[in-house]
Amino acid sequence: MNLTEKPWIWAWLGTVSIWLVIASISGLSAGTEVLTAAASFGTFFVLVAIGQMFVVTLGPGNVDLSIPACMTLASTVAMKVMNGSEAMLIPGFLIVVAIGLTIGAFNFALIILLRIPPIIATLSSSFLYLSTAIWYNRGLRVKPPEALAEFATGKIGVVPLLAIAVLILTVLMHFVLHRTYFGRSILAVGQNAKAAHLAGIPVERTRFLTYVMCAVLAAICGYFLAGFSGGAALNMGEEYLLMSIAVVVIGGTSVAGGFANLPGLWGAALFMFLLVTMLNTLGLSAGYRLILTGAIIVAVIAISGKKR
Amino acid sequence: MINDLPVVDVHGVGKSFGAVNALQDAHLVVQPGECVGLVGHNGAGKSTLMNILSGVLSPDTGTISFAGEAITARYGVSEAKQFGLRCVFQELSLCPNLTVAENARITHPQIRGFGWRNDASELIKNWLDEVFPDNGIKGDDVVGDLTIARRQMVEISRAFSSLDEQVRLVILDEPTSSLDKISADQLLTFVKKFTAQGGSVILISHMLREVLSTSDRIVVMRDGTMVADDATENFDRDRLVREMGSVLAEDAEEASAETARANTARVIQIPAKDGIDLNVFQGEIVGFAGIAGQGQTEKLIQIFDASNGKVNAVNIDNAAAFVAGDRQAAGVFPGWSIEKNISIASVRMMVQRYLIDPLQEINISNEWKERLGIRTDDLSNNILSLSGGNQQKVLFARALGSPAQIVLMDDPMRGVDIGTKQDVYAILKQEAENGRTFVWYTTEMDELKHCDYVYVFRDGEAVAELPSHKVTEASILNASFDPATAA
Amino acid sequence: MSRYLTANTMRTLLPALSLAAILAAIFYLQPRTMSYFGLNLLLNLAVPIALATIAQMFILCVNDLDLSLGAFVSLTACITATWLYDTPVLGVLALAGCVLAYAALGALIHLRNLPSIVVTLGMSFVWVGIAVLILPTPGGKAPEWIRALMTLKPALIPFPIIAVVVIAIVVHFGLMKSAAGVVLRGAGGNPLSVERAGWSLLKVKVTMYAISGFFGVLSGMALVGLTTSADANIAERYTLLSIAGAILGGSEFVGGRVSPIGAVIGAVTLLLTGSFLSFLRLNPDWQIGAQGAILILVLAMRMLINRSDKRS
Repeated sequence: MNLTEKPWIWAWLGTVSIWLVIASISGLSAGTEVLTAAASFGTFFVLVAIGQMFVVTLGPGNVDLSIPACMTLASTVAMKVMNGSEAMLIPGFLIVVAIGLTIGAFNFALIILLRIPPIIATLSSSFLYLSTAIWYNRGLRVKPPEALAEFATGKIGVVPLLAIAVLILTVLMHFVLHRTYFGRSILAVGQNAKAAHLAGIPVERTRFLTYVMCAVLAAICGYFLAGFSGGAALNMGEEYLLMSIAVVVIGGTSVAGGFANLPGLWGAALFMFLLVTMLNTLGLSAGYRLILTGAIIVAVIAISGKKR
Repeated sequence: MINDLPVVDVHGVGKSFGAVNALQDAHLVVQPGECVGLVGHNGAGKSTLMNILSGVLSPDTGTISFAGEAITARYGVSEAKQFGLRCVFQELSLCPNLTVAENARITHPQIRGFGWRNDASELIKNWLDEVFPDNGIKGDDVVGDLTIARRQMVEISRAFSSLDEQVRLVILDEPTSSLDKISADQLLTFVKKFTAQGGSVILISHMLREVLSTSDRIVVMRDGTMVADDATENFDRDRLVREMGSVLAEDAEEASAETARANTARVIQIPAKDGIDLNVFQGEIVGFAGIAGQGQTEKLIQIFDASNGKVNAVNIDNAAAFVAGDRQAAGVFPGWSIEKNISIASVRMMVQRYLIDPLQEINISNEWKERLGIRTDDLSNNILSLSGGNQQKVLFARALGSPAQIVLMDDPMRGVDIGTKQDVYAILKQEAENGRTFVWYTTEMDELKHCDYVYVFRDGEAVAELPSHKVTEASILNASFDPATAA
Repeated sequence: MSRYLTANTMRTLLPALSLAAILAAIFYLQPRTMSYFGLNLLLNLAVPIALATIAQMFILCVNDLDLSLGAFVSLTACITATWLYDTPVLGVLALAGCVLAYAALGALIHLRNLPSIVVTLGMSFVWVGIAVLILPTPGGKAPEWIRALMTLKPALIPFPIIAVVVIAIVVHFGLMKSAAGVVLRGAGGNPLSVERAGWSLLKVKVTMYAISGFFGVLSGMALVGLTTSADANIAERYTLLSIAGAILGGSEFVGGRVSPIGAVIGAVTLLLTGSFLSFLRLNPDWQIGAQGAILILVLAMRMLINRSDKRS
């Protein structure tokens, strides 16, 4: 297949060209540092975007808007339960996974029982999760256990530990998407849910598992992000709403559903981070930075879009 | 404006998509007051020709003139409308969120200003009553709430409707595919009336009987060009089929004398609710008949869901596979290759250590490509690169390739050419002899002759069962309308 | 009358019933609100929210979703509070430019066949960026005439009520009853057939986005008329509010099924929800959560009506 036909090629081209700009302005060693930072932050983007991508692939209207609230609730509860104790690391992690499972199941229950579009279901439920997080901890910031912070910020050479872990997860998910029955089912449901049902695919079970997986990944992301940034905060998930969707789409996954890829997520996550960094490097004020970020997202979409 | 110039004169028109010559040196003349029947296999070039006439596509070569006026390069959908040309396309093209009257307004921009709603409502109702008397459709019915048959009636009536402009030529592409017999007859009667008044019609249909009974002249297309063009009285069914280039259907098939049910295990049993018990035995081909939309499809889906343990009203022990008739809505995965479209119902069995074995996937696709004669040189091509008939074969391959021993078929031959049909009939017979069971809903009389047993449906339930030797058009129609006499 | 019709009527009535229920609850908790002055205060922000919801509804009608509406309303509010106040000509030109930008967005989305969610997501950065440049710190001033209009005190009926009713009726006749509105909605229901009938889908999309932009501009202006100053994030919540309001009012995500009257009612209902919760003296931690719960509740009721419809 022609390389330009690969859906993820644009995100990677953008990433490389922006990095070249940054490196040519600030020099090679600064360029390497930026890359390390991009990998650190990009890892969190990718972690939530994997879940979002599977959800988006389920077909038109499928998107999870409760990711930020899920991250916040899971990390808030985990930090308070662990209370900085390293002995509680594993129980804390299990609690995070349990919260993710619950949230995913609740989201799906709303979608299926109320027959409402996922966008509205996850939007309304996210208010509930956020309220629960506020009520549970009143916005107090509890420090993460030392070991968690060390792991979340740790590096091997210039490569962040967490990035390696998420990279392995990405490869795994690549196989899940293309080679397992679950992945095949998601793609089938996204292209034609009725045909999928008549081909014997358990449509609702597939959707259920996908929403649960998305919530669990978001919860885990919250756990490590709290470790990375010294504790959970109520607004910690804020930028992840837009970012998770932007990364999925810039990465070449079809918003119409039924068509997804994993390499694009990394390309898009690095691209988004490097973009902001480059605009900072150029010394632009916040206003211009926002305008350019938005304009470039739109431009990327417009270029990769198909002409009618 | 009286002239005896042809309404349409297509002269030597050609059109190709990439390397494929969809149309070459096509000729078609339609005179005022004439109904021309256009027949041919799927992929013979009929749709391309119609899309060119209606202005959706522009031809590569040749000329087209309307009433003697050659069309220009700027010819498009709105120019076609101005010439008085209307099309009823195969897929329904009404807006489901609008009312019947509002849909009429969409095609009549001159209905506007104060009181437009009444004008539109009156216009469409008049034409509905003209074409389909006693239709029971109201102007403020929302189209999405209507049955498919009624939607098609609205669509057809809308195409004929006119205010002050003259409708000179109406192209009907498989207009009766969703209509029951009565409505279909009403339409064909109206077509004769319309042409008697000087209008022209191009009738595209796979229902050869309709074409033979309604049109004045028949044009046969094959491989993108016209192979026959003659007055209807010079045609009969055999000649049509011969010209289309397909094997003559073996009508002389010996009707098996036995009337008893197969002497095998019962694989499906549905206790009666209002109608009669429904039983299917292993190795049988059981037909579902009756007027379209009497719950046959729903029953098939119910059986299918029961095979997955989701419904209790049906007793079925084996796994079932489904062949959809509505390819776009319920069959094809448009983003996938032919291979993945075939294997999707089987991949669950090909999982080894969590991963699908790609070799098995290729094997099963290749096997069924060969057996059904799917015309492609590469199974990794996108499914949409196939013609409609071949896409349907892919859906058959999907079901037959799966391990399921029961195959449910939802009027799968809708709009499929005779050649494809013959290929599939042969395979079905072979598979049934090997012990596979088929439940086959069909709207085509001819296909019921392939069934061992036929259930006739009315109001969502089976109301009559007919062994194969009793299956005639008369007995089916009889049961469709009055269950008491057929029982 | 068939059962089907009653279920249909119920569906149409549901938004109005939820509004009545929440209004009754507020009157019960706080009888003083049942006055001219009380209602004026309760519904203070109804006009800008209703306008934003209408703007969102026009986008929903062509099967798109605008995730930048809140940012856009913030931007138009900033322009109103600065340029329109200081140099009216420049202000009017800038606001007209905003409407044109929306029209252009519609053209871009149509011509390149883009997902509206992502395009508007990107545009929300752009709108906020421009707003920050125009008004780096909260401030500005409302033009006198807007202020005067928004604080009108007509006899008997409070201004916000008159205003939202007028908005609902105007849009209802424009979109649901006019001959031109049929084409616009038809393009949401079956774009291909509308195109084959000779209409330009590009024009439809551009028109719908332009109208949406126009109502977005009106929303920003009305908002400044009430708050008298602006900031770059003043209407951030409007994106979600407008989507929720339109859906609450019976609009659907696809298929061109929308209801302007419902959208206005939905917007007002959501607005009142906030007041209702504060009258309840609910623990402030649960304020947002309760809003989500109410949205879920109304959608659950709609589902129950739909289900009884199917059974009958």
